[in-house]
Amino acid sequence: MSEIIIFAEIDGDGLHSTAGELISAGKKLAADTGNVVSAALIGGNQDLASQLISLGADKVYLANDDAIQKGVADAYLAALHKICINAEPTVVITSKTPIGRAVGPRLAYRLGSGIAQDCMDVSVDGDSGRVTATRPVYGGNAMAKFTFADKDPQVVIMRLKAFEALEPDSSRSGEVIEFELSLDDSDIKSKLVETVKEESEGVRLEDAAVIVGMGRGLGGPAPFSQLEELAKIFNGAVGASRAVCDAGWLDHSYQIGLTGKTVTPDVYITVGISGASQHMAGCSSSKNIVAINKDGDANIFKEASFGVVGDWEKVLPAFTETARELLES
Amino acid sequence: MSLNIIVCAKQVMDPETPLSAFHVDEAAKRVLPAQGIPPVVNGFCENAVEAALKIKEAAGDATITIISLGNNFVMDVMKKPLSMGADQMILIQDPAAENLDALGTATVLSKAIEKIGTVDIVICGQQASDWDNAHVPLGISEMLGMACLSEARSIDLGDGTVTVASSRSDGYDVFEAPLPCLITVSNEIGEPRYPTLRGIMQASRKSPETWTLNDLDLSESDVSPVLTLSELFIPASNRQCEIIEGEDDADSGRLLALKLREEKII
Ligand SMILES: Cc1cc2nc3c(=O)[nH]c(=O)nc-3n(C[C@H](O)[C@H](O)[C@H](O)COP(=O)(O)OP(=O)(O)OC[C@H]3O[C@@H](n4cnc5c(N)ncnc54)[C@H](O)[C@@H]3O)c2cc1C
Ligand SMILES: Cc1cc2nc3c(=O)[nH]c(=O)nc-3n(C[C@H](O)[C@H](O)[C@H](O)COP(=O)(O)OP(=O)(O)OC[C@H]3O[C@@H](n4cnc5c(N)ncnc54)[C@H](O)[C@@H]3O)c2cc1C
Repeated sequence: MSEIIIFAEIDGDGLHSTAGELISAGKKLAADTGNVVSAALIGGNQDLASQLISLGADKVYLANDDAIQKGVADAYLAALHKICINAEPTVVITSKTPIGRAVGPRLAYRLGSGIAQDCMDVSVDGDSGRVTATRPVYGGNAMAKFTFADKDPQVVIMRLKAFEALEPDSSRSGEVIEFELSLDDSDIKSKLVETVKEESEGVRLEDAAVIVGMGRGLGGPAPFSQLEELAKIFNGAVGASRAVCDAGWLDHSYQIGLTGKTVTPDVYITVGISGASQHMAGCSSSKNIVAINKDGDANIFKEASFGVVGDWEKVLPAFTETARELLES
Repeated sequence: MSLNIIVCAKQVMDPETPLSAFHVDEAAKRVLPAQGIPPVVNGFCENAVEAALKIKEAAGDATITIISLGNNFVMDVMKKPLSMGADQMILIQDPAAENLDALGTATVLSKAIEKIGTVDIVICGQQASDWDNAHVPLGISEMLGMACLSEARSIDLGDGTVTVASSRSDGYDVFEAPLPCLITVSNEIGEPRYPTLRGIMQASRKSPETWTLNDLDLSESDVSPVLTLSELFIPASNRQCEIIEGEDDADSGRLLALKLREEKII
């Protein structure tokens, strides 16, 4: 039976949160094609393989090799390439993580097949039986649907959190295949020299339930402390637009958007952010967006559910003070 | 030893085009050019030019060649990399290249790089702001069998090697690869320099070479799409914004907090 292979990444000692999301995406396609969903687990172990099965994988390729170095795309690519030559999948799905977005496309180019990047959804085209992928283009100003031509594997790179992982169920069954890799030195051209952590204090943006967003409208770096004060009330985090990061007011780890982080908080409170499509690409799945902006025509008001048209210097302190009183009472 | 650096730069619709001027012809599956707003060199490609110029300054001796594939080039726009200081430019223009997918685009660009000859470094933007694929360069590296380091925020040239730092969500990774190497750059590599008057004068005297698919020994069938655009539309926003208005801005701020509480949002 034909297969859909998802590239299951590892994060620390566990599975990366995207592994389950990709299995769910694979299962959606499998429901229409009758394919099995396999996971390529490169540099993992039996325990992680079992976790993939409990998340819905029918099969796991467990592949290890000394040449695999965490964070280096080349080895994962060579491994996934070998697995694909062997299994001849019709679809390969990777995630838009730093490794996934390097490995997925390079695999497709190596095999001469098509790639759909940054997909929000996938389905099977009723006429052709080929995969149709929905993805934003023009910075999110437009949406496009692309359909794969005949060449396999159809490589799909999923946006983070586009699918929800299934609840793990240890009664699910599946097969674990130990896959012999024997990678060659020539497979790996680049090496990781150093990993530098730039710890920011407090809650990680990706995990925060409440995010306060800092925009160019704040006029400089100084108001950061006021935004931080607001975020702290909710045990939340501060994020920013690219304009703020490019200006050097905050470093790029704060950037939300197409070329920054993708966040999905319960509430995203934007202050002095215009709501450019490239910014919204990273936060439009927030449950609620709140806008404080002096320009009533700003695009952010098309995305927000509640907002104030006004000067942040006046609006924000009153908002923060009231919010604090409400949460303390 | 003189270095050969190639920068791939793309002409795109200005990403700052206001939404009111952004229109799609759904039947033709085309984004319509914005009236009165000229195209620009893709932002990340300008960052790539800047990175190449910095490498040239550090290395002392290097030739920077810009290549671009497209139709309807606007010369004033495309000459910007030359005004910034690049040495020469090749424009690949062919009606048969109108409907390429990313595989086709990478095929044409890598053929052009092969035709240029010895290359030490290829630098690309990490992403084009129109189709946002962010993988054409990865295709070029595969086709040319080069090492590939993506999303660089800094580049340091060693002896036959290159060291690149790439941002991660909690810091950055530093990679090393042998030359020849393809590198894509993020905006963190640094603001593109402004062309000087002298640069603009020099660029005005340079005329880009133009190539067609034929010059690259490619026919239309070599670049037939493996991915077809089946629909293109402007997404509808389903959010309705409730604007909170108080007696003054501070009062609005206060009422906003009360409203969010009432709606159980905070
Ligand atoms: C390929 C590409 C990728 C990109 N990726 C990203 C990305 O990942 N993330 C991102 O954020 N951007 C990204 N951008 C940039 C994006 O297009 C916008 O330029 C950017 O988001 C604008 O940031 P901003 O909203 O802070 O600034 P502006 O657009 O300048 O908006 C500032 C806002 O502040 C308001 N304001 C001013 N003064 C006040 C005041 N006193 N009180 C209240 N409001 C006030 C103004 O009305 C205005 O709406 C990308 C662009 C490209 C081309
Ligand atoms: C009329 C039209 C029809 C299209 N139809 C299809 C279709 O049917 N299927 C499909 O998949 N796509 C289609 N596309 C999209 C087109 O294939 C992409 O523009 C192309 O694949 C390049 O992708 P990108 O622009 O997103 O580049 P990215 O991969 O985002 O670009 C990254 C970097 O690669 C380099 N680069 C990319 N393109 C060029 C270039 N042309 N010249 C120089 N350097 C470049 C630059 O350094 C750039 O910063 C169509 C586009 C047009 C205009």
